[in-house]
Amino acid sequence: MDFGTLIDAALSSALGPQAIVFALAAIGLNVHFGYTGLLNFGQAGFMAVGAFGLAVSVTTWDLPFWVGIAIALLATVVLAIILGVPTLRLRADYLAIATIATSEILRLIFGSVEAKETFGGSNGLTGFSTTYKDLNPYNSGLDLGVVSFSRNDLWSITVGWSLVAISCLIVWSLMRSPWGRVLRSIREDEDAVRSLGKNVFAYKMQALILGGVFGGIAGIFHVLKQASAVPTDFNTTFTFYAYAALLVGGAARVLGPVVGSILFWFIIAGLGSFFSQATSGTDPLIPASIMTDTQASLVRFIVLGLGLMLLMIFRPQGIFGDRREIAIDGR
Amino acid sequence: MLLTPSSAMAQATPTPTTPAAGTPAENPLVDGQNITVTLLDVKGGKGEPAPVPGVTLTVFKDKSGGEQIGTQVTDTKGRVSIPIPANGVYVVTLDQDTLPEGVELSGGAENEKTITARISGNNFAQFQIGAAVAEKVAFSEKLTNSVVSGLKFGLIIALAALGLSLIFGTTGLTNFAHGELITFGGIMTYVFNRGFGMSVILAGVCAVIAGAIFGYAQDKILWGPLRRRGTGLIAMMIVSIGFALLLRSVFQYTFGGSTRTLSQYVAQGRDDYGPISLSPKEIAIFVIAIVAIVIVCIAMMKTRLGKSMRAVSDNPDLSASSGLRVDSVITSVWVLGTALTALAGVLLALNQQVNFQMGFKLLLLVFAGVTLGGLGTIWGALAGSLIIGLLVEVAPVISIGGYQPVPASIKDVGALVVLILILLVRPQGLLGRAQRIG
Amino acid sequence: MAADVSAARAALAGVPNEPGASKPDPIVKGDNIVRTFGGLKAVDVEHLEIQRGVITALIGPNGAGKTTLFNLLTGFDEPDSGDWAFNGKKLSNVPAYKVARLGMVRTFQLTKVLSKLTVIENMRLGATGQRGEKFWSAAFKSLWSAQEDANTVRADDLLARFKLDAKREDFAGSLSGGQRKLLEMARALMVDPELIMLDEPMAGVNPALKQSLLEHVKSLRDEGRTVLFVEHDMDMVRDISDWVIVMAQGQIVAEGTPQAVMADQAVIDAYLGAHHDTDISEIDVEELETEAEAELAAQSKETPTHD
Repeated sequence: MDFGTLIDAALSSALGPQAIVFALAAIGLNVHFGYTGLLNFGQAGFMAVGAFGLAVSVTTWDLPFWVGIAIALLATVVLAIILGVPTLRLRADYLAIATIATSEILRLIFGSVEAKETFGGSNGLTGFSTTYKDLNPYNSGLDLGVVSFSRNDLWSITVGWSLVAISCLIVWSLMRSPWGRVLRSIREDEDAVRSLGKNVFAYKMQALILGGVFGGIAGIFHVLKQASAVPTDFNTTFTFYAYAALLVGGAARVLGPVVGSILFWFIIAGLGSFFSQATSGTDPLIPASIMTDTQASLVRFIVLGLGLMLLMIFRPQGIFGDRREIAIDGR
Repeated sequence: MLLTPSSAMAQATPTPTTPAAGTPAENPLVDGQNITVTLLDVKGGKGEPAPVPGVTLTVFKDKSGGEQIGTQVTDTKGRVSIPIPANGVYVVTLDQDTLPEGVELSGGAENEKTITARISGNNFAQFQIGAAVAEKVAFSEKLTNSVVSGLKFGLIIALAALGLSLIFGTTGLTNFAHGELITFGGIMTYVFNRGFGMSVILAGVCAVIAGAIFGYAQDKILWGPLRRRGTGLIAMMIVSIGFALLLRSVFQYTFGGSTRTLSQYVAQGRDDYGPISLSPKEIAIFVIAIVAIVIVCIAMMKTRLGKSMRAVSDNPDLSASSGLRVDSVITSVWVLGTALTALAGVLLALNQQVNFQMGFKLLLLVFAGVTLGGLGTIWGALAGSLIIGLLVEVAPVISIGGYQPVPASIKDVGALVVLILILLVRPQGLLGRAQRIG
Repeated sequence: MAADVSAARAALAGVPNEPGASKPDPIVKGDNIVRTFGGLKAVDVEHLEIQRGVITALIGPNGAGKTTLFNLLTGFDEPDSGDWAFNGKKLSNVPAYKVARLGMVRTFQLTKVLSKLTVIENMRLGATGQRGEKFWSAAFKSLWSAQEDANTVRADDLLARFKLDAKREDFAGSLSGGQRKLLEMARALMVDPELIMLDEPMAGVNPALKQSLLEHVKSLRDEGRTVLFVEHDMDMVRDISDWVIVMAQGQIVAEGTPQAVMADQAVIDAYLGAHHDTDISEIDVEELETEAEAELAAQSKETPTHD
């Protein structure tokens, strides 16, 4: 067992681009679910719209990069409005089903043969990230001994964590304001807020748009860091993983989604590396009769599912949350 | 190895095929790396597929007309097995002149297949014979066929939807692990069938029983204790998401990522019944599903247990105060609901194949069916599921002025759009009672 | 102020004790308000007027439609038909939050304090026209901190008046039933309503607290507000109300001064009988049907309260 490799794998995932995508998506979910109590199960849809908004603008329509970014963000706002106008009046679990269905519809359409001309079919789109790459100021990668990053990853990490920091700052300054107080009150009891003369629907819509835009940014960043937009990346399971990351860190806490995503990827990548090493080689630690290397890659998902259950049952407030304040115990 | 195109449409080709002279009795299956082709005439999906003997097949390296690797004539089983030296790209050509009288290639009459050999054993190639090109089929026939398969699909969804609806009705849980309960039924059928060597029918029965036990265990170990702790419904919903991830990964871990078939009734031909053509297993699926649904509905209406289930689902507090043992009723609901859902998995395995995410892929359609009909109502779940099944299968067949509203490649989209529209327009579903929402 | 009150009460002296009687200075006026659940008419009010500046009590047996009428008037539910106006402004199809902004604020039978916010945050939430509640200015504290401070001063005054100042920093969830009622009332006052509608202010309140709660309700009138409340506690109705409206099966069946209504033996027998200490909370079909069935089956048997 090579613990150096293990730590490198765990740390480079936990601090690398993948965790950043999760952190951004989970910050959005935190606005939706953590603060406002909106059960958005379609965050992958918001990401997909952001991602393909950029990819289609630049690759298919030949528009400049920054116009593409603007279109991508606008598209997530439009999706939030289209989704919100009718569904925000629904019960929490109905909203969950409506959003999950929407994100699946989007994924299927983006990947369909019929729309291949626009969205590139199941292979998706590439060739929209030149501007992003050209902006890279680094000349080489970074090797810190325990963890190393390539030149591209280093650039993505710089951009990504800056985005995360700005997003957290925005969320923090909004949630300490009276606006944030209205959201937290809506999470607890809409009717009480309504009876005090607040337009609950407008607040929910604002929250949905804000969180959706964070999701869109996550999607944009995701396709930029890997230089391709592939529809299957934006499946429902992603949304669930992002929820897991949020809940690990603690909902309704500004840094909850960030710490959650880092921990999530540290555990996932660490477990992956551990079991992959334990099952590889001529004389593996775990004999192939018990676990093959294919199976080894699945152990982390088993742990993930079990972990999410146990977390929800025994510590729903996550690591940082305050149980007295957490939203997820109501009907 | 199944070489029948799964979605073969009808166009009859004459039968039987007579072996030409010089047909080998049986070509030996080569031990080492080879390319194996089995020619079967699927006869447009009607009747049993028949092997096509006496056809000359040639394997070239890299391209047709390139270095010839070997040539062979199909045996009485319609099979050739030609050894190849190493991994790489090979082209198999079929000499159309050697095809028996009345047997024709379908699927664009392609007589060349390119194979990238990566496996050290058998590398398979497939030629379509007797499978009609869909465009040639009359619209009415396409419509009839899609309605039939839509109803079949809808009935399978309905079984799972009944399970989901029962559980939702009594516990209020939106169970995201419900798809995995379908998969459980499918995989259990496979395990009993292939693992323990039971017949498919017996394996199916055992899988349903296993489903019932699984439901009981779930309620005793997981959901019951959570209920008694007073865990909120949203928290329970997230627990069910974790449970779904857990189960799906465990299925993949133990069952593997591949798609597998049961030992019997795999490639059945269809017989004509008036305008409809059905294979025996499809008839069985219809009969089993309808009988199961009717029994459940009658039981819910007539039996004491059924009545208490409905009472609990109407008003748990009142039922509790009027002396009903709510907890034991909920346990029975889990047993019944999971068993029904496992049955859906059994039928799905029989209809198609077994895969670790067969149920997960169905989950949203089941939600759609239940929501469409009205959450928590039996008849609603039933009607909604049938509509969803029809929608998924029929919508791709319809084209308006050459424009297809729902392309076949994304046929689920139509059903999902309906799901959203229903939530917007009539959230209580078609048959649900109006109540205050939100 | 006090003079206004006596004047208003004096004005009521001339009003006939009959259902739908017209008042000299109505703040709320409604006609033909109908709301059905399934086939059941939960509310069927032909004509309704609420006098300005007095305390009006709304009483009636279980399922009489009192809470439903509350919900309809305040925009929390939509009627099948009917018109009503507040200060002459028509309120049909006006959403609940706008009704509240117009100055018609309600409380709930099952107290809706936000238990995961502190008491003072609950109070601050009540203030209207907050700049910090606008999305674009919320992120910049300098834009709203002055207004927030002013609101906090006002909130502290109200907390002191309702004797909740000691609980200022506690989570509202830790308050007792009576304290929650007080907090909800104080929070409603942050909106500065003209008409305050209290849905069972005494339900679940410790008897020791009742007297001070009564005084608080009276003080609302004494500072010039109109009060409409639903109540089962007959002592309270007799003590503090200036006018009583009796509902049964969705209709207004009697109206008058407390003395006149209490004296009406028919009213007591028919509508207040055995049911006068329970009520259903949130009206919905199942509960209404259950109620109806239960009432048919056993007139004397009490049905449980659901939430």
